[in-house]
Amino acid sequence: MINFVIPLADWVNAIFEIVSFYISPVLRSLSSFLEIIIKWFETVLLWPPEAVIMIVIGLIVWRLAGKRLAVFAVAGLLITFGLQVWEETMTTIVLALSGTAVSLLFGIPLGIIASQNDMAERILRPILDFMQTLPSFVYLIPAVMFFGMGKVAALVATMIFAMPPAVRLTNLGIREVSREMVEAARAFGSNKWQTLIDVQLPLALPTIMAGINQCIMMSLAMTVIASMIGAGGLGLVVLESMQMLDIGMGTVGGAGIVILAIILDRLTENITKKQELSKN
Amino acid sequence: MDLIEVKNLFKIFGKHQKKALELIKKGYTKKQIMEETGQTIAVNNVSFKVKAGESFVVMGLSGSGKSTLIRCLNRLIEPSSGTIIVDGKDVTSMDQSELQDLRRKKISMVFQSFAVFPHKTVLENAGYGLKIRGLTQDERDKKACEALELVGLKGWEDSYPSQLSGGMQQRVGLARALATEPEILLMDEAFSALDPLIRKEMQNELLELQNKMNRTIVFITHDLDEALKLGDRIALMKDGAIVQIGTPEEILMSPATNYVEKFVEDVDRSRVLTAEMVMKKPTAVVIFPKDGPRVALHSMRENGISSVFVVDKERHLQGLVMAEDALKAVENNQKDLETILQSDIPSVLPDTPLKDIFTFLSGKSVPLAVINEEKKLLGVIVRGSVMAKLAEGGTVND
Repeated sequence: MINFVIPLADWVNAIFEIVSFYISPVLRSLSSFLEIIIKWFETVLLWPPEAVIMIVIGLIVWRLAGKRLAVFAVAGLLITFGLQVWEETMTTIVLALSGTAVSLLFGIPLGIIASQNDMAERILRPILDFMQTLPSFVYLIPAVMFFGMGKVAALVATMIFAMPPAVRLTNLGIREVSREMVEAARAFGSNKWQTLIDVQLPLALPTIMAGINQCIMMSLAMTVIASMIGAGGLGLVVLESMQMLDIGMGTVGGAGIVILAIILDRLTENITKKQELSKN
Repeated sequence: MDLIEVKNLFKIFGKHQKKALELIKKGYTKKQIMEETGQTIAVNNVSFKVKAGESFVVMGLSGSGKSTLIRCLNRLIEPSSGTIIVDGKDVTSMDQSELQDLRRKKISMVFQSFAVFPHKTVLENAGYGLKIRGLTQDERDKKACEALELVGLKGWEDSYPSQLSGGMQQRVGLARALATEPEILLMDEAFSALDPLIRKEMQNELLELQNKMNRTIVFITHDLDEALKLGDRIALMKDGAIVQIGTPEEILMSPATNYVEKFVEDVDRSRVLTAEMVMKKPTAVVIFPKDGPRVALHSMRENGISSVFVVDKERHLQGLVMAEDALKAVENNQKDLETILQSDIPSVLPDTPLKDIFTFLSGKSVPLAVINEEKKLLGVIVRGSVMAKLAEGGTVND
């Protein structure tokens, strides 16, 4: 009889135990740092009256993407207020945006490194593939193991899930900058750093923006899933409605997420467009 | 003084450059090496010198290695072997920072694809090299403005390249290269992407600029007309090697190989030859106002001509006297040439191309005067001598 068993689960558990033992002090400080950010961000959005937040968001969107989207954003937020999921919506915004911020914080530099160094790209690519193809639920387990239930774990899971497009598209964008541009920069005596800052990054910006857009969308998607480990927010509304088979409540939570998704998506899209328009 | 000196330069593309170099030394041909090692020899044992202030044109068909060669000069492409001396310094042994310094101060480049930065304004583009050199905003804007004015783009400073036509974009590229006030300008097929009319215009403007600035230019082209027009000397490249170096006239009149001969076969000689090359020394002139109609008539009889040029004591051209008019004046016992002097006669400058001379010669029996800018008479062109020169060129080609 063949008894061929790969005890992958045991291996991974063993590794995690060791890793968590050694790095838990680091994780604890990271965890408290992230927690402070989230708390602070949440307070900023939840402490003032709702109307003030709506107006401020409306103005920011107006400034970044024009009047039409600003009107839509205010109307959308008004709807979430009317649906009585204001607090949950704000929590979701906080999670999605901090998830995006942290993803970009790591993702863009990693993308830049990958674009400058073929070796780095070869190492990163399978890792990114792995991160993207792994079912998103799987992230939740190590996140909980390292950080415990709660928003920090949710944020970490979101970051891991949302980072790959930022890395990939930053790398791609820089590599796609035409050889002539890079050659011209070099011909005038630019070093690698000058070429990167002055030529490659600005020319890669539309692609990088597409990466940021995807990153935001994936963060938003992950906040729903991360509600299982205590992310709260609109995801929790959806999760609870699922557990109680409450179609009505599910629709409310879903609607909130869709509104946020549309606002954030159009916002990044319009920022990119505006940049390109200014050159024509 | 030689500003650029290239000695035994090789560039081989591929992973086994050393092996290919050994085979070259053993006398293998480019094709054999390709078969044996899979290595492409882009530049094959090229040596040349460029004098300061010279316009040196490297000409060849696509794939002849000329673009690779020009990129070796500032090491955008690493040469495989050989030396490149620029202004007494060996470029091939420079480290990265010396090389950057060379590119920032001494050598700048203009590209076939323009390669202007689409995300920068015209002014920022022109000031790019200065920015990299570390100049302050004010300094570089000032110099960039000057360079833009030089190429005729004043008033376009705040535009983006996408708002400009191809010709104007290349002017931006030229301004960017000139703004750093380099000693050497590398121009890689700089005008090839432009349509013929704009290309001509740019060529003329480059010549004008060159008159003012007197930089050393290495110009790459596949267009013989362009090479002849712009080059003080031309190097013809084939399969990575230089087959002939010479002045435009040398290349045309005595092609070194069949290849060069084929190349120059189609060139219309009348565009290359200039008035200076076909003119004769004036066999006879009369001095005004010293000489009278009798002297003029005598001089014409003596030389067997039907008209004679009249100059003053400093040989400034005054006009022409025809034999029949002189004869009448003698019969009427006139003392001076004043009444019969035709002062409204055609004349050309020594560098006028032959094709422009034909229009003067056709249908007129009077000879054409060649004068310099001070109107001094330098020579005479008669129809016969032009034909002779054209025919002489023809025999070289056959």
